[in-house]
Amino acid sequence: MATVTLLSAKGLSKNYAGLKAVSNVDFELPQGQVRALIGPNGAGKTTFVGMLSGRIESSEGSVVFDGRDITALPAHKRMAMGMAYTFQITSVFSNLSVHENVALAARRVINDGRAAVNECVARVLEKVNLTDRATQIAGDLSYGHQRLLEIGMGLAQSPRLFILDEPTQGLAESEIDDFIELIAELSQQTTILLIEHNMDVVMRTAHYITVLNFGEVLANGTPDDIRANEAVQAAYLGTK
Amino acid sequence: MSTSLKSFLLHVFVLCLLAVLYFVVSEYHSGNLARILVMAVYAMGYNVLFGYTGLLSLGHALFFASGMYGLGLSIEHLGLSAAPALVVGFISAFIVAAVIGFLALRTSGVAFMIVTLMFAQAGYLTILLAGKYTRGDEGFVIQQGDRVIAGIDLSQADNRYFAALLLFGVCFLFIAWLVQTRFGKTLVAIRENPERARMLGYDIQRHKLLAVIISGTLAGAAGAAYALLFGYAGATFSTVQYSIYPLLWVLLGGAGTTIGPLIGTVFMTYLIDISSEYTSAYMLIAGLALILLTLFAPHGFAGLIRKKLFSWLP
Repeated sequence: MATVTLLSAKGLSKNYAGLKAVSNVDFELPQGQVRALIGPNGAGKTTFVGMLSGRIESSEGSVVFDGRDITALPAHKRMAMGMAYTFQITSVFSNLSVHENVALAARRVINDGRAAVNECVARVLEKVNLTDRATQIAGDLSYGHQRLLEIGMGLAQSPRLFILDEPTQGLAESEIDDFIELIAELSQQTTILLIEHNMDVVMRTAHYITVLNFGEVLANGTPDDIRANEAVQAAYLGTK
Repeated sequence: MSTSLKSFLLHVFVLCLLAVLYFVVSEYHSGNLARILVMAVYAMGYNVLFGYTGLLSLGHALFFASGMYGLGLSIEHLGLSAAPALVVGFISAFIVAAVIGFLALRTSGVAFMIVTLMFAQAGYLTILLAGKYTRGDEGFVIQQGDRVIAGIDLSQADNRYFAALLLFGVCFLFIAWLVQTRFGKTLVAIRENPERARMLGYDIQRHKLLAVIISGTLAGAAGAAYALLFGYAGATFSTVQYSIYPLLWVLLGGAGTTIGPLIGTVFMTYLIDISSEYTSAYMLIAGLALILLTLFAPHGFAGLIRKKLFSWLP
């Protein structure tokens, strides 16, 4: 089967007053893949993903999404093209209800009225197991539930590319198992780019892994390749 | 009963109550109420930007004055009759809001407050400098003969009251509808968490600009109506004081509620009215009321009602 590239970056760099947070990264993400982006703290993962999603302006290089150069597009237009993004630090509308949080995400995509939005919200809440809490204020939810809500807000947009920045951070073990299941299910419908620290999650979900170190790509490969890669072991996993 | 039906009934009830009040209260109070209704439109306009979008402007007097002078000057110098002059008032406020919004929204937070304040000051000074036409601080009276629409003399107390109520009712229902739309809910999202709203794919800059335009146009509609109903246009209405008033009314009544601006305007007006009977230091009492309210009901009267009694309050 021929693979279609959904997202690619060429020579993507970000300089902060002379400091190279991300330097000359080439990146290609085929449609349908679950890609994990790993690397030690400060490797530039969030910055790199920020440049893909438009949150952070790139210093150099280009980003192509769905065959279109989006380097100059602002974030909201990239989202409108079919990206969804969840924040590393949970970011929900904490004074609004769980239902309204998801509805806000759904409404941007669904134009045909309240019933369709409510139906989408119900479906999403079911999927992330928050149906019972629909009327609660999002800020009152536990941390784990807020993370799930954020993923739900991503789902409601039916994205073609779903970018998740450390989604399992702060989740309990049992919640992580549910999350892995959810990713497996999602990967049937959408392409996923995952920044993740939990190696267990990475190994169990990702089809392919990109390792960043000091703002540069250290390695690319399948989970098995990466596990066997000595440079990666030295930089990140710790030599066994 | 669904929330939207409850909300609709509440709004209709408030309007009916206001209509009945005219026949119940004394002439002094109905005169007061007419003024309050016009100022409540001003406050409702302010609330769209401050209460729903989360943008604090300190320059809304400019929009109020744009409506007021748009109407006043076109009657005074262009010889327009009341109805087209009213339209000129609305359009003036719309244009000024669009231009100021476009420029001021390049900033945010405290800078936005300062920029709007400065624009309003510039507007005030312009009115003074153009004293030849505007008669500056002294202002000018709009003659009774010019205050007639479709044969209805708006200087008469009853006509004036119901004209004020009509304007108030239209704006009140418009905002009740607006906040239930996708657009209105997106404004709330921007107020609550702009970065998240942006990363959901909403163009927050465009939404903010539209909010400024709606807010400014409503403020201008109040200004034009004020000049028409009370027959006077003067530079006082473009001073900083008149930018602060709607902020106070909205804070007292409940920011981000449809009914809060009315409650706040009524409360503040009568607080000053009653306390000034007893003391010349009536602003001290107003200040005290504000402090108490911020301490014990930081979300205003309507916010308190929403929290304690009716969570569905729009």
